[in-house]
Amino acid sequence: MQTADETFETDVLIIGGGVTGTGVMRDLALRGINCILIDQRDLNAGASGGNHGLLHSGGRYASSDTETAAECRLEGEILKRVAPDAIDECGGLFVAVEGDDPEFAGRFGEHCDVAGIPCHQLTTKEAREQEPGLSKRVFAAYSVPDGTVDPFRITVANVDHARQLTDSLYLPHTRLQGFEMEDGVVVSANCRDSRTGNRRSIRARQVINAGGAWAMEVARLAGCSDVNLLYSKGTLIISNTRVTKGVINRLRPPGDGDILVPGGTVSLLGTTSDTVTSLDDIRPTVAEVDRNLAEGMMMLPGLENTRFIRAFSGVRPLIREAANSDDGRHASRGFSLFDHEGEGLSNFATVTGGKLTTFRLMAEKAGDLVARRLGNPELCKTAVEPLPSSDVVRWTEPGFAPRYWYRRNDPADIILCECEMVPQSAVDDIVTSAPGAEHQMSLQAIGVRSRIGKGSCQGSFCSINTTSHLYDRGIYDSIDGLLHARDFVQGRFKGVGPILWGEQMPQMELAEALHCSLMGLDYLGQSERVEKEAGSGQSE
Amino acid sequence: MTTKPRVYQTQLAVIGSGLAGFAAAVFALDKGISTAQVGNTGAIAYTTGYLDLLGGCGEQLLEDPWEGLKQLRNDEPRHPLSRVSDGEIQEAFSLFTRALSDMGINYTKPGERNLFALSPAGTTKPTLSVPETMITGVTAKDSGARTLILDFVGLKGFSALELVSNLRKSWPGLTAKRLEFPGMTTGAQLYPEVMARALEVESTRRQLAEMIRHELGDAECVGMPAIMGIHLPDRVHADLQRMVGVPLFEIPTMPPAVPGIRLREMFEQTFPALGLILVPQQKVKNVDLGEAGTVLSLKDSYGDVVIETRAVLLATGRFLSGGLHADRFSIRESLLGIPVTQPEDRAGWYRKDYFDHRGHPVNRAGIEVDELFRPLDASGVPINEGLFAAGILLAHQDWMRQRCGAGVAIASAYKAVEALSGYLS
Ligand SMILES: Cc1cc2nc3c(=O)[nH]c(=O)nc-3n(C[C@H](O)[C@H](O)[C@H](O)COP(=O)(O)OP(=O)(O)OC[C@H]3O[C@@H](n4cnc5c(N)ncnc54)[C@H](O)[C@@H]3O)c2cc1C
Ligand SMILES: Cc1cc2nc3c(=O)[nH]c(=O)nc-3n(C[C@H](O)[C@H](O)[C@H](O)COP(=O)(O)OP(=O)(O)OC[C@H]3O[C@@H](n4cnc5c(N)ncnc54)[C@H](O)[C@@H]3O)c2cc1C
Repeated sequence: MQTADETFETDVLIIGGGVTGTGVMRDLALRGINCILIDQRDLNAGASGGNHGLLHSGGRYASSDTETAAECRLEGEILKRVAPDAIDECGGLFVAVEGDDPEFAGRFGEHCDVAGIPCHQLTTKEAREQEPGLSKRVFAAYSVPDGTVDPFRITVANVDHARQLTDSLYLPHTRLQGFEMEDGVVVSANCRDSRTGNRRSIRARQVINAGGAWAMEVARLAGCSDVNLLYSKGTLIISNTRVTKGVINRLRPPGDGDILVPGGTVSLLGTTSDTVTSLDDIRPTVAEVDRNLAEGMMMLPGLENTRFIRAFSGVRPLIREAANSDDGRHASRGFSLFDHEGEGLSNFATVTGGKLTTFRLMAEKAGDLVARRLGNPELCKTAVEPLPSSDVVRWTEPGFAPRYWYRRNDPADIILCECEMVPQSAVDDIVTSAPGAEHQMSLQAIGVRSRIGKGSCQGSFCSINTTSHLYDRGIYDSIDGLLHARDFVQGRFKGVGPILWGEQMPQMELAEALHCSLMGLDYLGQSERVEKEAGSGQSE
Repeated sequence: MTTKPRVYQTQLAVIGSGLAGFAAAVFALDKGISTAQVGNTGAIAYTTGYLDLLGGCGEQLLEDPWEGLKQLRNDEPRHPLSRVSDGEIQEAFSLFTRALSDMGINYTKPGERNLFALSPAGTTKPTLSVPETMITGVTAKDSGARTLILDFVGLKGFSALELVSNLRKSWPGLTAKRLEFPGMTTGAQLYPEVMARALEVESTRRQLAEMIRHELGDAECVGMPAIMGIHLPDRVHADLQRMVGVPLFEIPTMPPAVPGIRLREMFEQTFPALGLILVPQQKVKNVDLGEAGTVLSLKDSYGDVVIETRAVLLATGRFLSGGLHADRFSIRESLLGIPVTQPEDRAGWYRKDYFDHRGHPVNRAGIEVDELFRPLDASGVPINEGLFAAGILLAHQDWMRQRCGAGVAIASAYKAVEALSGYLS
């Protein structure tokens, strides 16, 4: 047994800070249960931070999977009620373009009816009046109640609420490395703080694995081989402006670049879908970007000249059917809850698969299981209890920071991020009171909890301003600040590299000149060394 | 109503007003070549004011740029700096820095070793020559002098605490202090250019000096953001220094920064008096290359301008300045469509790791020139006998990673002007 530097104790340990894990955390807190949530990186480090943000009406699945379609519709309706601030009820269209199968298109309305999805057929003229950017080659169109959802808002608010309800704790940068087991019971989890290297031991009565695509790895650490996942990588691109009013779906069986989703002031085009064998080094490629664009331009020719600011990728965990058919409980075709009782475990469960749209339901099912195991009689409340909204969880919302800044009307509150108008008071607020702020704050962590780094400069400039501000505030007092700034821009570059052309090129060149030629982030720590060697006459 | 275009006839037209364009103008005037220069504001407004020769090479920063050049000629024979001899580089740098001093901004004498000059992040960068107003920062760091670093309420992206936090290890005698800049609305955002213009007024200098003296303690010198005037910074610097009583130095700020604005304004003010025809803040719209001469056309606020010239020097920079343009498929030279050496396709432009020490292949894209710095067409033949090129538009260099921005600009401008003066005579 390893000795820990820190030990924690809780009723329930939740592994994974995506929408599912944070959803479980809030679900349990609403039942009065204390939890600890850990993530190896930070909130939304997995698929929850790398998705399309589409609150599915169910239309996408209507033709192939009525059950999932109906589930999406139902959950979508619930979320619109309980989390209206995180949702834009922008509506959506399904459009078929010359060359697409007319028969598939013709039966769409019927399929929606079966799943209970409100759907109206439009003339192409009506469709183009609604979305003027649509191609002249569109020959069929339907409107559906698609919406968009801000997953950042959801996760941060989930954690914040759980913290208020039961003093539940969130530990970022805490990677699960193994479990201590005794007689089919998980006694404690061995974790490591990836920032400090500290070992953390967390004792819990129940453990929930909400590790998304990593859920198979996590389950194996508990000796469970019943979680079998396929990894499907998806890549999307983000435009500089909002291209359409609502969601535009291609009316054909799912393929690359067939959905354009508005997200506040931008739009997201995607996705590709490629099976990968490893979760390491997931990043968008030039080929994926170009595939999305080529397809997207069929529906919306204007995308040819749209400015894109970033690409990103996420991994969908797909559940291999055969392996769990008589073991895990199939809540639906979309997601799975494994109670691992067939593997001889009594206090460990895994919930994975599914969608952003259905995260609440996934959390409810997992919460029901845990509550039953703990003997807690409370029922799930997330379908009725509104998700609270406070300023500190609102910094991720496009347009919130500028509204706040104008309202506050304080010229001394300097704007650190000019693209998204994030003032220094917002950063101060996040540093002192955002969920996860009790632990070492960093530029990355602020990025997760605000719009910093999400505008057209993709963090090139605001990273520098914000870093300086954090030095001023004493958050940094060593080279760590520059190392974090370096890691931050390096991380953003993953997504910027594949969309560099046109107007993004000058921007990138200026950024690189600043980061390298001016600040020397590429040789951090090196100039000191060269000088010392030169000074002591040791240079060769 | 149509007005007649203004027509100028010159021996040389320089397109571009970055460091390469200005250096070329300096060298051409020195040779008595009649010169016109056209260029809108480019990267020069971003520069720190430091003149780098060569500071980065693979995994390391260079202490001895001349040693680095030897290596470079061996490893990268097509690098623009590899085509210029040490002697020519020395001559080019000293001509250029002397010209800067004559025009009103003193620079340190380019020497044998790189100076490790301060960045606003509290890192240091290897460079060959720095403005006089900045040199005390280098010497104070080397001697470990007790130094007070100042910053100002409202000046974003410049934190004295950041500088101190990052330099403290090698320079323990550092302290930080934040001041309110005299005479500005309390708290509101300040811009270096505005502060610099304010310090050209003696009373503002006096107030600031008073504040600094108050905070001085036992500091032996004082560093602050580069805001000591736009015109005649050396005079503003000397005066402030006299009033404070200890040596002062400037540290570059985030762009757009004062040291670059100084250079631009100085050139714009002194060049016309030296006989140069300057059409500032404009872009050349069209270039008609001919056997006997070339005609450039452009427009400024007074109307159409036509420049008839025998030789043209193209120094239009890269993407940031508009000399190069990229679409989704390829990179082209914007003005004349000169072939650009570039990676095969977009997937090859950037490496996976942003900070890869090898730099990104796209940064080495650019136009090819012959030994006389004349741009080449696709078959390797000079496009026109009277067309020359200089600066970072040239292929096979990565000025950002190799810390050779001014070096490439000044050295290639020198060579190109040498060559074109031969052509003209
Ligand atoms: C490209 C793409 C587009 C999508 N688009 C949509 C859409 O438009 N609409 C929709 O409804 N759904 C969409 N989805 C699906 C949706 O994003 C996911 O279903 C959802 O985000 C899953 O959330 P999660 O919390 O289960 O997993 P994740 O968000 O992946 O969270 C798992 C977390 O576990 C952490 N973790 C892993 N291992 C460890 C460890 N050992 N120790 C500690 N922590 C660990 C990870 O860091 C991660 O943060 C999309 C998915 C992808 C990939
Ligand atoms: C943030 C930053 C920091 C820097 N720091 C340093 C430093 O510390 N040390 C250093 O040595 N160098 C530094 N540089 C580099 C330096 O400023 C120059 O960019 C470099 O020396 C190259 O100069 P250039 O003249 O070839 O190109 P540029 O400086 O890019 O100039 C090109 C010029 O051509 C003009 N132009 C383009 N098209 C046309 C047209 N059609 N008609 C007319 N004019 C046109 C542009 O407007 C511009 O004026 C820095 C640059 C940046 C961006």
